[in-house]
Amino acid sequence: MGHDGEESLATSEGEEELANDRRTSPPRDRDDESTIRGVKEEGAGASPKEESSTISQARSNSPETEQEYRPPLPPRPSNFGLLREGSYSPGSSLQRSKNTSRPHLQSTATTALSRTDIHTQSYQDGSRETFAASAQTTPPSKAIAAFGSIKRIKGFSGSEGGDSGSVRSYAPTLETGGDVESLLGEVLGASQESPAWRLHSTQNEAPDPFDSITYEDDETTVDFYREFDEISAVAADGENEEQLLNQWKSKRKHFLILSSAGKPIYNRHGDDNLISGYIGIIQTIISFYEGAHNQLKGFTAAGARFVVMSQGPLYLVAISKLGENDPQLRVQLEALYMQILSTLTLPNLTHMFSNRPSTDLRRPLQGTEPLLSALADTFTRGSPPTLLSALECLTIRKSHRQVINDTLLQTRCETLLYGLIVASGRLVSVVRPRKHSLHPSDLQLIFNMLFEARGVKAGGGENWIPLCLPGFNKNGYLYMYVSFISAYESIGEEEHERVNESGKPDDIAILLISANKESFYDLRKMRDALVDELEANGSMAIVRSAVRRGRPTATDIVPGTVLRHFLYKSRANVQFTMPSYEPSFTTLLARRRLLSLYHALHASVHAKNAHLKVHHCISRESISLAWVTPLFELYCVAGPQASRNALAQSANKVIQWVRKEEERVFIIGGAVSLNSLDRCTIYKKLTPPAARYSEQI
Amino acid sequence: MSSRVSTGARPGARFAQFKLVLLGESAVGKSSLVLRFVKDQFDDYRESTIGAAFLTQTISLDDATTVKFEIWDTAGQERYKSLAPMYYRNANCAVVVYDITQASSLDKAKSWVKELQRQANENIIIALAGNKSDLVAEHPDKRAITTADAEAYAREAGLLFFETSAKTAENVRELFTAIARKLPLEQAGNRGMRANPRQGVDLRPEAPGTQGGGACNC
Repeated sequence: MGHDGEESLATSEGEEELANDRRTSPPRDRDDESTIRGVKEEGAGASPKEESSTISQARSNSPETEQEYRPPLPPRPSNFGLLREGSYSPGSSLQRSKNTSRPHLQSTATTALSRTDIHTQSYQDGSRETFAASAQTTPPSKAIAAFGSIKRIKGFSGSEGGDSGSVRSYAPTLETGGDVESLLGEVLGASQESPAWRLHSTQNEAPDPFDSITYEDDETTVDFYREFDEISAVAADGENEEQLLNQWKSKRKHFLILSSAGKPIYNRHGDDNLISGYIGIIQTIISFYEGAHNQLKGFTAAGARFVVMSQGPLYLVAISKLGENDPQLRVQLEALYMQILSTLTLPNLTHMFSNRPSTDLRRPLQGTEPLLSALADTFTRGSPPTLLSALECLTIRKSHRQVINDTLLQTRCETLLYGLIVASGRLVSVVRPRKHSLHPSDLQLIFNMLFEARGVKAGGGENWIPLCLPGFNKNGYLYMYVSFISAYESIGEEEHERVNESGKPDDIAILLISANKESFYDLRKMRDALVDELEANGSMAIVRSAVRRGRPTATDIVPGTVLRHFLYKSRANVQFTMPSYEPSFTTLLARRRLLSLYHALHASVHAKNAHLKVHHCISRESISLAWVTPLFELYCVAGPQASRNALAQSANKVIQWVRKEEERVFIIGGAVSLNSLDRCTIYKKLTPPAARYSEQI
Repeated sequence: MSSRVSTGARPGARFAQFKLVLLGESAVGKSSLVLRFVKDQFDDYRESTIGAAFLTQTISLDDATTVKFEIWDTAGQERYKSLAPMYYRNANCAVVVYDITQASSLDKAKSWVKELQRQANENIIIALAGNKSDLVAEHPDKRAITTADAEAYAREAGLLFFETSAKTAENVRELFTAIARKLPLEQAGNRGMRANPRQGVDLRPEAPGTQGGGACNC
């Protein structure tokens, strides 16, 4: 990870203590915990050349150019020859090269999803700054340091892995230091976290900590549940302010959005008056670095990681004590920014601020706070789709999906742009124009609106929602028809809202998206025809039963496996699959810990200079494995007592299972409407943003 | 024009379908009124409506008469304002809602009434609803708009008027029933299909454009 090149960041003392026995890399400089460390992204320790290249990169991402911006070819270290020394086998050329699109992998029909093109769809591992800046920035010494640890894991195969492979074999480089360390701090229970969070690690001594968490009901667990409690308003006399501030500080994660003029726009916890002092401070810090033309990207203070993203007139700040690293937090900030664009569109946003830099954006965004908060809480709980930037599909037979696809195509009306059937947050089927794919980040916004936030569903009717899908086109609105069908009752009786394992109501949603704002009745007619047809040909019953069945458990997939859980991402399809969280990860806390582990694994294999294919990690509470090839990413977790061989065997079995089930667990291709509108027509049809800002389009 | 009046199976039974739109400032309780009317439910904490929601509810006026409302529950935020015409364009009736504890919300309601009277269907029936009367029942000092003031305005502008509470269901059913009674059920010759949202001439055969009664506002 760590493409952002934070150097000398966040060396945490506790982390060193814990890591002494395992550490494979030289210890880093230690900083005083209480000071702001490594404030600059491309500052401290970087060569002037490096700095300037990164800054120009940052500029090229400015709103004016980002539409047309294409990432350059993947970074190739200029001193690549150094890496070739030793046991760097030719096979390792298969290491993931982050930014290549691999058209040759999509030899089957193209998927419904693409991840290219939009700068905001940054890869989990590397924010877009990476693309250009990384080309020449690796000093030889760092490359060697990184390489040194790669050697340790060269020999992995399914059944044997050298002992060295079990060491924390991520590639620590100066470049990535801050990120990776803070992450591992999480895995190893180090001091990056708040004391309360660390308390959770007291179970490290238990033989099977994930299990014990399952049954745990003590104060520490309760504490994480309080993460989502509301902070009440400040009393008129200000009497409760201190108590509220303490409550505010006890939250493990914050998101703040403010305008570059310092006006608060959104914050997850507490009201703006309560924390106006902090908003002022953060704005001062950020603009201090802006003033020096040296953009602030992140810093660590008092055990919390601060990541700052500046998007045109907005500053977005994530503050995390959960041990996530910078690129991962940045992906989350991107999603919040996308949500704002989805409400306003980019031209509206820039127009408002170019007219009046002191615009108070809270008013135009009024009513969307629940959407932002739903996103923020998803990230705080931990979200595999966000971590992997991928989608999950409902597992049904290929032939069944084919019938649904065909039904969608048959019933589609001419104004339809995209048609989707989604069941409890998992995609069932999609129909799309041939030349257009759906962007995972757009789908994330839609799914968040429908399945995480309560607003749309609670209305109980059909909905007609203008929204901008920034991945599709950030300049205009599309219109989305939404209708929910209960997975438990026949149509029309949607009273009983049951909740499945992940807390989402088990509902099936029909989403029909059009560029024509007058097409509600057309789409409504299509929906009626579609649902009638799906009921008639039995597809609805299949979808309902698949939803009710839920995800299989890991032991259903691989009988007798030691695996507790895994994530498998198909890179070509930009989709992932995973087993049920049950039985090991039913509580909020257990799931958060699992996701933290996945974050750590993900960070290790995506670290810029870690040309890792396999990463094996042992901690006191689990053993885990990350396995990355050009085709897939697999992350799997077993209990601490499982042997490495058993884990590796299970990983292979998972791969075999996915290979066998590929056309069931993933949507390959989706339904393409052949007489699709071409790109120009769609852009012409895109409706300009509503209201007074329409002259911008 | 989008109403449908037809005689049902039973001799003398009438069935009419009307399009109704709810307008008003955000957070005055439009969605709550609809939820109470359609599902007889109430949510203490409700998130803002996004875009607009479309619901239907059927009521019986008497043994022989059934009225079906197609209800557009719109979002109150300013940014959705430009979409409002699409919802009220063919509406037969409108409920403009304000919050009796918020003085500014009546001003907003008045501007909606003005817009409807200027832009919408000429014969549109407008009801003014002062919502959240339960708050005032508990704390009379919370009231910001007196019943007399609002009533005087409603009379002057020719509106139906009710003070309602979605929470306690007070006057909710009465509001919609009063609208239904005022609607032109007798125009039996008007058998327009479901509200046609399109502007301009519609040439599709399945939608005979019988523009009876109301003026065309296209």
